[in-house]
Amino acid sequence: MTDRIQHHGVDSLATSARGTDWILLSGFAALAAVYVRVIWFTPIEASQGSAQKILYVHATSAFVALYLAFALMAVASALYLWLRDETLDRVAESSAEVGLAFTTVVLITGPLWGKPIWGAWWTWDARLTATLFLWLLILGYLLMRGAIDDRAMRARFSAVLGLLTALLIPFIHLTVYLFRTMHPMPIVLKPSQPSMPPEMQWTFFPSFLALTLLFAGLLRARYRYATLRDAVLDMENAS
Amino acid sequence: MHDDARPPGILTASWLVARKDLAIEFRTRTAFLAAVVFALLGVTIFYFAWDSTAVAAMDLAPGVLWVIFTFSALLGLQRSFGVEQADRAIDALLAAPVEREAIYLGKALANLAFVVGVEAITLPALALFYNLPVGEVFLPLAGVAVLAAIGIVAVGTLFSSMAVNTRLAELLLPMLSLPFFLPIVMTAAQTTARLLAGRPIADAWPWLRILVGFDVVFIVACTLAYPFTVEE
Repeated sequence: MTDRIQHHGVDSLATSARGTDWILLSGFAALAAVYVRVIWFTPIEASQGSAQKILYVHATSAFVALYLAFALMAVASALYLWLRDETLDRVAESSAEVGLAFTTVVLITGPLWGKPIWGAWWTWDARLTATLFLWLLILGYLLMRGAIDDRAMRARFSAVLGLLTALLIPFIHLTVYLFRTMHPMPIVLKPSQPSMPPEMQWTFFPSFLALTLLFAGLLRARYRYATLRDAVLDMENAS
Repeated sequence: MHDDARPPGILTASWLVARKDLAIEFRTRTAFLAAVVFALLGVTIFYFAWDSTAVAAMDLAPGVLWVIFTFSALLGLQRSFGVEQADRAIDALLAAPVEREAIYLGKALANLAFVVGVEAITLPALALFYNLPVGEVFLPLAGVAVLAAIGIVAVGTLFSSMAVNTRLAELLLPMLSLPFFLPIVMTAAQTTARLLAGRPIADAWPWLRILVGFDVVFIVACTLAYPFTVEE
């Protein structure tokens, strides 16, 4: 009966999301360009060999996940509790999910590099531990979101959990760093290279830009999906 | 109870909520007994999970103790707001003329009594079964257990109130709580290991400092956050 009307309503909403998503597309194109540069135009590092090339995706993904995605999630959560704007909840939801994807990339590329360099897929190094727990926290956050039907309640609970997670991160860092310094690892060499040759820098910094662009594209796409989903629910409830 | 019509202050109200929860628990004793039996089973089963000729019980004990404390605490925390679901008792509690913070603090206080009660039985049992020299370090050890229990309860009480309102209900509580328990378990287990090894308490101070900081930050944060989770 009202199906037709609903579909028309959704259609008119969906037209705004139709067409080519240029931000997302250029994000993927930039990432592809970075890959080409990483593989063919960046010198192989002397001591680590080609494994070092993972750095261009690994470190940059970690940066995007922690300092863009999860920072945005925490800020949007705090602002939601203050302003009660559903937009902010959708921003928090979207950045958490996209951040989870980037953290997953970090957790997959890390062991791929660790096996040839450290000789083990995984070590309980401070950074690894903290990243793994952050990944689990965000997974719990998204699981909780999926388990609440009432939208206002979901937004409030998520904002509270998002804020508490932001408070927890410093404690996890403190404990895991203390743990590591008291129990030194056989290999404490970190992949950080303060003196990187210019050819590598010319791959590393564009890679930051490419992944930031990709993040922006994915975030916008995910946010649009959340907006459409909520609009459909509103229409269903209204009919 | 009160002859005058004035609503009770936040501390009185917290105490009333805590007393109500403890009275329910004292009369039924279901969760407490379940948690104690669970903890004792844990102590005995963990012993056989390692080769006792290769790993000394002394090295095993701190880890076993804190894994068991954390998981048995979850059993009590689950019930904290679970008991309010029947007949929507929580609605009556929220309609009472008391601060929302007082409801949280009262619930947390009752949970603290629950967790410390389980710890008070498990710790001597572990000392007995694992032959631990706890005699001299019993007081500092009990202090660490209480500090850790405060942190567990501060976070767990808030998450318990949230979890009962989700479709996953009690399944969600461990998923939300355990990552938050990581700093507590790590600091408490490290401190316990040092105390059992006969090292001075000053050796464990870097760890204890984080534990105390965690307690303070999360008591304040969760007390302030609770009212946001129960608005209508």
